[in-house]
Amino acid sequence: MTEPSRQAVVRVEHLSKHFGVGSARVDALIDINMEVFAGQVIGLMGPSGSGKTTLLNCMACILEPSGGRLTLDGEAVYDDRWLRADLRRLRLDKIGFIFQYPNLLPFLDATDNVAVVLHLAGFGAAAAHTHAVELLDYLEVGHRKHAMPSQLSGGEAQRVAIARALANRPRIILADEPTAPLDSVRARIVMDLLRRIAIDQSAAIIVVTHDEMILDRFDHIFRLRDGRLETATDNVSRSPAPAR
Amino acid sequence: MNLAYRDIKHNLLRFVLTNFGLSLLLGIVIMMTGVYGGLIDDALRQARAANADLWVVEAGTNGPFAESSRIPGDTRELVSRVYGVQRAGSVTYQSVQTELNGAPHRLFLIGFEPGRPGGPRQLSAGRDILRGHYEMIVDSSAGLALGQEVLLGTRDHKFSVVGLMRNEVTSSGDPVAYITLRDAQALQFELAPPASRREQARGGSMETNDQINAVIAKVSPYVPIDETAAALSRWKHLTALTQAQQETLLSKFVIEKARKQQLLIMVLLVVVSAVIIALIIYTMTMDKVRSIATLKFVGAPDRTIVGLIVQQSLSLGITGYFAGLALVFTFRPFFPRRLVFDPESVVAVFAITIVVCLAASTLGIRLALRVDPAEALSAAG
Repeated sequence: MTEPSRQAVVRVEHLSKHFGVGSARVDALIDINMEVFAGQVIGLMGPSGSGKTTLLNCMACILEPSGGRLTLDGEAVYDDRWLRADLRRLRLDKIGFIFQYPNLLPFLDATDNVAVVLHLAGFGAAAAHTHAVELLDYLEVGHRKHAMPSQLSGGEAQRVAIARALANRPRIILADEPTAPLDSVRARIVMDLLRRIAIDQSAAIIVVTHDEMILDRFDHIFRLRDGRLETATDNVSRSPAPAR
Repeated sequence: MNLAYRDIKHNLLRFVLTNFGLSLLLGIVIMMTGVYGGLIDDALRQARAANADLWVVEAGTNGPFAESSRIPGDTRELVSRVYGVQRAGSVTYQSVQTELNGAPHRLFLIGFEPGRPGGPRQLSAGRDILRGHYEMIVDSSAGLALGQEVLLGTRDHKFSVVGLMRNEVTSSGDPVAYITLRDAQALQFELAPPASRREQARGGSMETNDQINAVIAKVSPYVPIDETAAALSRWKHLTALTQAQQETLLSKFVIEKARKQQLLIMVLLVVVSAVIIALIIYTMTMDKVRSIATLKFVGAPDRTIVGLIVQQSLSLGITGYFAGLALVFTFRPFFPRRLVFDPESVVAVFAITIVVCLAASTLGIRLALRVDPAEALSAAG
């Protein structure tokens, strides 16, 4: 899994996370090690309660790990120097997030749902609007740019959500079950789209999924069980590779 | 991009309905300031209508409004001779109930000497009283027309309306009517025919009815009013009150209880408004928890979230205030008593509304700031 010739966009080293103390302590993540490089689409799989979402939340800077080291695009996060505002800025600048459900703001149209992230990043109104429309066109949903979220189909809404995740050209895109609400055809379309984005934008994409139908769309698959990284599967060889 | 405006636009009907309810509430607050202003203004107008520098009343009383005061009818001549007094006029005050336009109606009768201080300030229609008897100038709120006849007194004297005034009412809202002093004295002291016959039969005293309630004096601008008041008070049976003292008596003592009641109602209404605005904002924030979590997740700073809530709160308050103001001014002519709005109180209610909105939004802000961005990851909503 380690590719020393390239710098990992996401590097997780001996990462752990536990909730509660004493007899109530639950170890959600135990000694997780992984690296994700630019242009890769990584699958994160495992049964419910295995720690996938906890790991994703740690990588999204929503949840502080209990131990270990997390490096995002060369910056070591949670090393005691980070303030909440810094983490928010890091999320805004470097991380795009695709939720299981589109989570579009119901009071904004498709364009403004994308443009809002650009506004937060400091873009002017016109520039944000133009860029948002370009992204919607790139994701082939430009014809629905004035539609409100309630007027979009599930697939269209998910594309708008992906456009929002891409708005600030993030180096890291985290997706939590992005194909769950979609049928298999649309799920494959979305995964192909993520692959295209990974290559076009040189981004590292980590996808949490239960969907066995899209396994062939990942470069690597990490499997979690009871908070531990069990195996890392290389999609080309399909042979199990040991986790670090 | 103004998120508050977009959210309002998206839920416009809800905003309009909420706003309508709030505007009614704020309208009542504004109306109460008008009632409060009207109460004070009416009380002061009553005293100011006489355009007096000094009020000469019965010794030891705070007459003629705060307490009853009775002095001999020739007191005016005494007062006129005091150094500094330019002009003086006798007045009487009494409340009467009569039937006007088929309905019982109260009037506050002022008896005055035409051509002397104490008469009506300004007429809106008709003419001054020219005849010695049975002419009347009345406030238009009484609903009387020029030429209309009104029966007054135990002997049903017919008074003819010759002039109309505007906004001349007592602090309790009764319309003021001016008649001549002689007529007023007759109404105040004359007995009904049977009672009069009985009094004569038992050899009762033929006591004069030449009594008045006060003398209104205008003082020369070259003589200090206090000096003249002191000179008048040397008579053991008289007390002289300055116009300022009379106004203080009216605004601070005569209407004190009503004033306090209305102030308390206003305070309670403001508190109720604050609670309602807080609940509305809290509910609106609750409805947006998922959107707030998503905004936080994508990197929105706290100020964006706080701005969203504060702007919505202020939008509610400001539009509610102006809608309430419009409602009050629309229905003002139909209100049973005079509403008086001075710019200061209108601005003060606006400022209170803003402060209440800001205070009320803290509940919503507290909720919003506690929203965990991770809530955006939870099941669809």
